[in-house]
Amino acid sequence: MKLAKPLHGTTTLAFIFKKGIIVAADSRATMGSYISSQTVHKILEINNRLLATIAGAACDCQYWGRYLGMQCRLYELDNGKRITVRAASKILSDVCFQYKGMGLSMGMMLAGWDEETGPALYYMDTDAQRSSGKVFSCGSGSLYAYSVLDDGYKWDLEVDEALELARRSIYQATYRDAASGGTVSAYLITPDGWKKMLGSDVGDLHYEYNPTQADLPLE
Amino acid sequence: MQKSTCAGATIFLGKSQHSTTVWQFCSQSSVSGCRTCVAIAGADYCLAAATTRLSTGLNILSRDANFVEKISNHCVILSAGCQADAKALQKHMRARHVMYQHQHNKPMTCQAVAQLLSNTMYYKRFFPYYTETLCAGLDKDGSGLVYSYDAMGSAGVSGYACRGTGESLIQPVLDNQLMAASPLVLPVQPSVSHLPLERALDILKDAFTSAGERDILTGDAVEILILTKEGTRTERMELKKD
Repeated sequence: MKLAKPLHGTTTLAFIFKKGIIVAADSRATMGSYISSQTVHKILEINNRLLATIAGAACDCQYWGRYLGMQCRLYELDNGKRITVRAASKILSDVCFQYKGMGLSMGMMLAGWDEETGPALYYMDTDAQRSSGKVFSCGSGSLYAYSVLDDGYKWDLEVDEALELARRSIYQATYRDAASGGTVSAYLITPDGWKKMLGSDVGDLHYEYNPTQADLPLE
Repeated sequence: MQKSTCAGATIFLGKSQHSTTVWQFCSQSSVSGCRTCVAIAGADYCLAAATTRLSTGLNILSRDANFVEKISNHCVILSAGCQADAKALQKHMRARHVMYQHQHNKPMTCQAVAQLLSNTMYYKRFFPYYTETLCAGLDKDGSGLVYSYDAMGSAGVSGYACRGTGESLIQPVLDNQLMAASPLVLPVQPSVSHLPLERALDILKDAFTSAGERDILTGDAVEILILTKEGTRTERMELKKD
């Protein structure tokens, strides 16, 4: 028996563009070579403004995601305004630093739209690294996702183009990375909050992208 | 590497290169405990079943051990893995449920038990309960709920689940019979094909019978709890004793 459901086999991505932020992920969890779930929610809805993507150990990400949700709500009650993405990511990053070297395993991205400063995207991991940026991908499939994402990324993408770029990036990662798969989910964050825009089964997506088998690199 | 034995689980203690204590358990089969448990949620029922064999390695210790803990009339906890840890966890959860009732004068909902269970297991993140757990029950309308956990408390809600050594044998059968579209798909589609109670019970029994044929640690009998709005009843199905 493996003790934990590692989500090391994961592909998640998030990027900021002109119209908002796109957050996307696959949905597979593995225990060794056994697929323990194909329906994992790897995009945590922290509150109706904040999204977090998770990679690493499922238990750590779920528990500390829940903790973050609680801290964000307490901040709102204390200060009468919403927490910034920067402050929220620092809460999580502080936890990571406190437990550094003790075996926690998380690679997370936090995305949201701040009232004063606009879109914000942070990457955090259990080494306590924390950095803001425009384009991030995380997990075992992230290299495959990056290659598609970097190639197609432009600041002034339209929303449907951006969603398609995210979907294609995750799909290509599930194609090469055995530990990624299941369903591609994609969210869009705008000043009004987040909205789930896409949920496509990779099994169906494969035939949508490849109507004929002849041109595929792997068959 | 130092080696110590505790509660049936062999634990290797040592220092990693970053000088933190590392430990690793040996395979599940040498820890005494339940081998296979299954839960299936229906539109107006929930099934919770576990084998009654207790074994350490190849040695059978009991043919009539109980691994299903009834928390309330609409919530049960099933645990596969180390029996000592399973009992400790179940006993703790029952105590918490009694305390909740004293404070709030009502039983905990199944969703609340599921959340508490996740937090309780994560509380022992650095020396986990060596169990794979299922929480099965009914929501306020009487429809079934199944939550599944790993040893450290990561939870997932699903329509059906199997845990233990029989997982790789039984889960694919349940997938084949019960799985529909992914719950993550948009536009939303029904993700579980709810079966009538009798049909689900048949599949459950067949799954255990088949697992008993190929898994040396699954056998003796299956204790099945059938939870409905009207109440809970228990069925026992005998398996082969070999």
